[in-house]
Amino acid sequence: MYEKDGEKFFVVDSHMHYWNAAPDNWVPGAEQYAKGWIECFHAYQGLGPPQTHWSIEHFQKYSEDDLMKDVFENGHVDVAIFQPTYLKEWYKEGFNTTERNAVMGQRHPGKFRYNTRWDPRDGDEGLRVLRENVERYGSKGCKLYSAEWNNGSRGWKLTDPGAYRYLEACQDLGITNIHVHKGPTIWPLDKDAFDVSDVDHAATDFPDLNFIVEHVGLPRIEDFCFMATQEPNVYAGLAVVIGGLMHARPRFFAKVIGELLFWVGEDKMTFGSDYAIWEPRWQVEGFVDWEMPDSEEFSDYPRLTTAGKKKILGLNAARLYGIDVPAECQLDAQLVSGA
Amino acid sequence: MTVSVIAPARLLAALESVRDPELDEPITTLGFVASCTVSDSGDAQVRLRLPTYFCAPNFAFLMVADAYDAVSALPGVRTTEVVLEDHFAADAINGGVAARAGFARSFDGEAVGELHELRADFLRKAVLAGTDLLCRSLIATGTEPRALAALTIGQVPPSPELDRLRQRRAELGLPAQDASPLVIDPRSGAAVIADAMPLHLRKAHTTRVSIEANTGICRGMLRHRYATSGLGEEEQ
Repeated sequence: MYEKDGEKFFVVDSHMHYWNAAPDNWVPGAEQYAKGWIECFHAYQGLGPPQTHWSIEHFQKYSEDDLMKDVFENGHVDVAIFQPTYLKEWYKEGFNTTERNAVMGQRHPGKFRYNTRWDPRDGDEGLRVLRENVERYGSKGCKLYSAEWNNGSRGWKLTDPGAYRYLEACQDLGITNIHVHKGPTIWPLDKDAFDVSDVDHAATDFPDLNFIVEHVGLPRIEDFCFMATQEPNVYAGLAVVIGGLMHARPRFFAKVIGELLFWVGEDKMTFGSDYAIWEPRWQVEGFVDWEMPDSEEFSDYPRLTTAGKKKILGLNAARLYGIDVPAECQLDAQLVSGA
Repeated sequence: MTVSVIAPARLLAALESVRDPELDEPITTLGFVASCTVSDSGDAQVRLRLPTYFCAPNFAFLMVADAYDAVSALPGVRTTEVVLEDHFAADAINGGVAARAGFARSFDGEAVGELHELRADFLRKAVLAGTDLLCRSLIATGTEPRALAALTIGQVPPSPELDRLRQRRAELGLPAQDASPLVIDPRSGAAVIADAMPLHLRKAHTTRVSIEANTGICRGMLRHRYATSGLGEEEQ
């Protein structure tokens, strides 16, 4: 929980990781991709405040103690949701798997939720593993990284027939939250890999599932906004928006938040630190202090109230994941009736 | 045969015409040109760099291919080599462009077509963003948003923003004459009517914000990746 000026913010970090990207985990022959991937992440960290930058060695592999300190002790986070990314073609044990996250998280009861993942190209065997992970770790959500390389394939779409089998399985298994993350490769490569129209179709066809588009569809914020405004079950995951813009490009940060408030609304925006790319502390503190600038340039954007910040930082994700929020952190009756 | 020596500045000037299709900005000002040289005998070499190792290969290919075309079209250039550095698909892109193989052949089995449609999609976004830039300044000086529907290009005071918008529309084969409507649907080319104007402008603005925010992130990533400025790089 974070408290400022008498206001109490319940913080759910709905997008964070516990990875090992050190050379001991690189797949022989794919070292350049493993190295390129983590260096790319490290460059993103460079967009945060200088005092929060890590050495590349620390960034490649941080400890359980580092995570607990950065996220919970110093980072104000109440509950964190692990979002696995496998990348097993590049990392021997995976970049951060459901299992790696859970083995660590289970030593800290109540602090984490364990999302799992699936890849439609894994066929029947993948469905079996999905069922097993849900049984074992109680996953209520999954993270889909559609640009992942898999046996010569450079990616997939949610509208692929194989993907619909998995979405149906999610419904059967009680998974309700589908976190979608677009990346730079997909098949075929001549199409825009960041196109979000497949999420649009899937959200229409699976109205009981929530689709949280991570990084708000970056770099296709506009396509994401036009889609999300029409689909009641599509959410904006703010990982990268706060971390990548709030410090480095404050004017664009205000504009992007303004666009999201206009098209998507504060009830459907969720905070994620993207740890260990960025530590949550400066993001939470900065976001609570942040105000839409007053100048003409920003005049047609909605304003964000304290109640809106509470929703975005934790209450919205708590609702999606059925996380209990202490009474002192809930919106008070006056604010709710005025909302 | 001896040809006249080409000044490197002319090479750089040619590269200014090459844009990042996603960001709609020259690769020079973005800092993507690591070096460009030309020998006395007219052998040109350009080295390009991008903000990340994993930048989308289709856009990377377009920039390398466009740079190749721009440089090789210069009088006095005998051979052209364009090398993309530090990119996961550098070999396929560099080899494919050098062999003039096109995108689909350069990424055999991984692509089904060329990149014309992708480029056009992003030019349409550039038209929308340019429309916002221009119309915001008109609205700020007193034009009613709905009244924009009645304006033609020729009725708007000349400006670099107007030239740029006109150029993007012409590239797409959209109306770009003085008598053409100022605000059009970038897909059909039809004029946007007054009733549809507020939503059209709202979407145009979001498109511009998205492109500018992406540009900000790309610039930040490039700065983190390389200690030196690119040739012709302009801070923003």
